[in-house]
Formats: sequence, C-alpha cells, structure tokens
Amino acid sequence: MSPTTTRRLDAPRRERSALSRRLGKFVLPTYSGLVIVYLVLPIAVMVVYSFNRVTSGLQLVSFAWNGFTFQWYKQWSSVPGLTSAFWLSIRLAVVSTIIATVLGTLLAIALVRYRSARFHGKGAIEQILFLNIAAPEIVMGASLLGIFVTFNVARGFVTLVLAHVMFSIAYVTVTVRARLSGFDRSLEEAAYDLGAKPLATFRLVTLPLIMPGVLAGALMAFAISIDDFVTSNFVSGSSAPFPVWVYGASRVGTPPQVFVFGTVIFGVGIVLAILSLGLSRKRS
Amino acid sequence: MEQLVPANHPGGVGRQRRLSAWRRRLPPYLLSLPAGLWLLLLFIVPLVMMLSMSLKTCDPASGACVMTWSWGRLPHSVNLYRAQFVTSLIFAAAATLIDLVVSFPIAYWIAFHGGRRKNFFLIMLLVPFFVSFIIRTLVWEFILSNNGIFLGFLKHNHLVPSGFHVLGTGFAVVAGLAYNYLPFTALPLYVAIERIDRRVLDAAYDLYANRRAAFMRVILPLTIPGIFAAFLLTFIPAFGDYVNQEILGGTSNTMIGTVIQNSFLVNSDYAGGASLSVVLLAVSLVGIWLYARLLGSRTIEEYL
Repeated sequence: MSPTTTRRLDAPRRERSALSRRLGKFVLPTYSGLVIVYLVLPIAVMVVYSFNRVTSGLQLVSFAWNGFTFQWYKQWSSVPGLTSAFWLSIRLAVVSTIIATVLGTLLAIALVRYRSARFHGKGAIEQILFLNIAAPEIVMGASLLGIFVTFNVARGFVTLVLAHVMFSIAYVTVTVRARLSGFDRSLEEAAYDLGAKPLATFRLVTLPLIMPGVLAGALMAFAISIDDFVTSNFVSGSSAPFPVWVYGASRVGTPPQVFVFGTVIFGVGIVLAILSLGLSRKRS
Repeated sequence: MEQLVPANHPGGVGRQRRLSAWRRRLPPYLLSLPAGLWLLLLFIVPLVMMLSMSLKTCDPASGACVMTWSWGRLPHSVNLYRAQFVTSLIFAAAATLIDLVVSFPIAYWIAFHGGRRKNFFLIMLLVPFFVSFIIRTLVWEFILSNNGIFLGFLKHNHLVPSGFHVLGTGFAVVAGLAYNYLPFTALPLYVAIERIDRRVLDAAYDLYANRRAAFMRVILPLTIPGIFAAFLLTFIPAFGDYVNQEILGGTSNTMIGTVIQNSFLVNSDYAGGASLSVVLLAVSLVGIWLYARLLGSRTIEEYL
C-alpha cells in the first residue's frame, strides 16, 4: 500500500465513531493474535515435548511432563525405521520435485505461449490441471493403487515417485505460469535477431528470467511431496515414507524422536522462509 | 511470433515449406507431451479404470472380476454407508464453516491493516504447514487426550467432571479438521480481500456508506469468488479426510474416507472401495463443476 492511499483512506475514517476505530485498532489485532497463537500452539507443544524425559520402560511420548532432557536429540537416529523413513522421504521429495519441475515448467511454457488455435487440447489440459488440484486425494490414491494392482506393479520407491510427480505437476505448472504471464517476449526476439538458436535463447534468456517462478514451483512440489500421507499410504507398499511411518507407529505408541524430527524440520523450514522474506525485501 | 520471425525457407520448395510449417506447429505439443502423458496415464486412466472397476462384479474367493455394468451398485453403496457419508458431510461442512468464520477477520486484518509486516503475518498463517500433517494431528491427540495438558488441567481444578472426554468424539474430529485446513481457507480469503480496489471502498465512503454498509455491499460481494475457492479447497479435502477421524475420533463417527481406505488396504474389496470412491469423486465434481462454471477453472490458481 502506498502512503498516498493510506492517507486517503484515513481521511473519511476519522469522522467515524470511536467504536469502529477501536475495532480496527484494538479488536481485530487482538483477535488475529489469538488466531496465530491457536495456529502455533500445537507446534509449541511438539517442540516442548521433544525435550520431555521418559520414565517408563517403553521409549514412547507421554502426556506427563517428566523433566527436561536432550536425550532424544542425542539419540535422534536410534529408531531404525524412523531414520530410514525420513531419508526415504527426502530422496522421494528430491527425485519427484526434479521430475515434476521439469515437466511442469515445459507444460507451463506451452500453455502461456500458444493460443488454443495453435494448440489443440489446451482447454482439456487446463481442465485436467484444475481437476487434479481440486479432486479429493483419497480418490487419486485409491485409483492409483487400483492400476498398480491391476498391472501387477510392485509397490515401492518407483510407484511413490510416479504418484508424487502426478500430484505435483499441476502445482508447478500453475506457479510457473503465474510468473510467466508477465514475461516480455521482446527479450527473446532480441536474442533471435542477434542470431541465437532457439535452445541457446531458452538457456541464456528465457530460463534465467523465469527462474524465480520455477524455484517457487519446485519449493511447492517439495513441500507437498514431503508431507504427503494419503496417496503415499496407498502406493508405498512396504517402503513407508516419513508420514506413513509416523502414522503407523502412532497407532502403537509414538517414539519421542518423531517430535525431534518434527522440531528440526520446522526449524529449518521457518528459517528458510524468514531468510527468503528478508531477501525479497532487500531486493525490492 | 509468426510475423516477427521469418520462416526458415521463404521461397523454398513446397515439401520443405510444408515440413517447416509442420515443425513450427509442433512445439506446444512437444512441450506438453511429457507432463500430459504422465497425467493421462497416472491420473485420468486410473480414474476411468476405477469407474469401470466399480461396475464390475468380483468373486471374493478368486478375486477375478467381470464387467457386469452394475450401475446399481453406486446407489446401493451410498445406502449401505449412508451414515458415514452423512457424518463426513456434517463434519466437513462444520469444519469449513468454522474456518470461514475464524479466518475471515484475520484475512481482512492482514489485507487492510497488515502494513509492511503483511508477509510476516502470512507466514504465521502458514506456520502449521512447516510441521507434517500427521504430526500436527498427533499433537492434537496429545493436547485433547483425557489427562493431557488441557483436560488434565481442567480436571485437576475440578472445572469439568473426571469422566469428561473430548477425544473419540465428533467434536475432536471437527476441531482437528478445522485446525488442519484453516490455512486453505485463510489464504484464498486473503487474496480476494487484498485484491479489492481501495478506490471502490473510498467511493462507498464518499457516498455516505457507513462501515457496515461498505462491508456488506462492497467488501463481501467482491470477496465471493475467494469464499467459493476457500470453500472448495477446504471442504473437498476435509470431506475425504480420514486421518483426523482415525487419530482423533477413535472408533466412533466413522467417515467415508476410513471406509474407502479400509476396503482397499484392509479388506481388499476393490469393487466396493471403487464404487464409494466414485461417489466421493462425483460429490466433489459437483462443487468443482459449479466453480468452473461460475468463475472459470483458471481462477482457482490465483488462490493457491
């Protein structure tokens, strides 16, 4: 908001009642603060209980506070299934993000560049993307399991990648396309006029320009992939990624290390988010 | 592009010209082929196969299925699991309504009064997404458990009877759904409110609208696409959700997602699970179709 609009908005507002001014100055900020507390509360509980001592013989999280300990951070990798599930999730997210980002970016370029007169089926692809984003995940997961069973595809890392790329492409395409729509085509034409071949133009002009959009799409794909439970639960077979493993374990009892992983992932994510926020502010 | 970049062979022979015209027509298809194929084979084909599976009849002993075009199974399975469909509908609707009511004021406040810290507040709205969905729900189980932090405190001070419990009730499930999907509601609302042209609002005030009238007759109508998007992005996943129900709802109040998951992963009743999934998809498609019809399918992208 520019300062001029603020002033213009404020001018008539001064005449309005004290009550409505209090609403903007006091009630809404307090309310918003409370909502944010509500959103942060479970995360705070997770962080606090990752430092909770365990007194019973079974090393499982308990509701009672038994005292502060770093034990679970020191023994972060002592639950074998959990650690391997975590690394599986990371590998899966990296592989499916790379594939989905490449495929989704190419599709986004096609959708932005070509009008439907020269690109038959464009409308259909747009409908499919929309359906892919809006369809209930359980239906996608169940139907994928259906074809894997029908064609006797062994469930494991490959089926997980197939599924994760499937539900990430649409998000990448949509994100990249949003950034592409303000793209200045004359820069590419200048490259052509200077004798650059299409591939060189793409590599030297187009790609650097759309890179922020591509990175945003990749980040989105990574976040969706690493947190996916429903589809993964259907297609993972015996190789359970992190969320599937945690869910399975929680039905018996949650090892405290789950909260350690949760806390560390949360910390890394929030630091990255704040850093990128600082960077974008500096740039602007 | 055609006008600006001359064709490679302006005066070439016919065959060559046809070839180059063909090559110029190819790029959109080549660019969209890999992603299109992936989505076709792993999204569309599975859905179509699931529809066909739901119309087949399977022999429980051998597992062999024969196409019998049993369209009657769809209403039959709705009837059979009517209670679960109704539970899902009520829970998802309640959670969506709570989310809309809770997040509208904060979305409004961030959009209109967020000032320079807008992005910071938006990250705060997204904070739950930095923790895995499953862990978030587990922590709610933790918080709401009988002698947990919250109820344990209340019971210790005799504020609630000792037999009082939240976990295992529909209330806990709705609370979990509402928490987990709140950002999906808040963000589209924020985008819609943020996009309102302040000059329109100024005009309303200049025409002697009071705050209430400006809200009811300017802000709210202009936010309707965002409300619809928020509804779609919250209600559809909440309707098919089974994690909240399984972790927070215990064995009671089974939702349709649980039934679908069990028929595929526990009972291996693929035909039954498929027909329920088809019904679930059909219900969602009504909302998706209405949205695309009224607002256009591309507008949803603006709210993601």
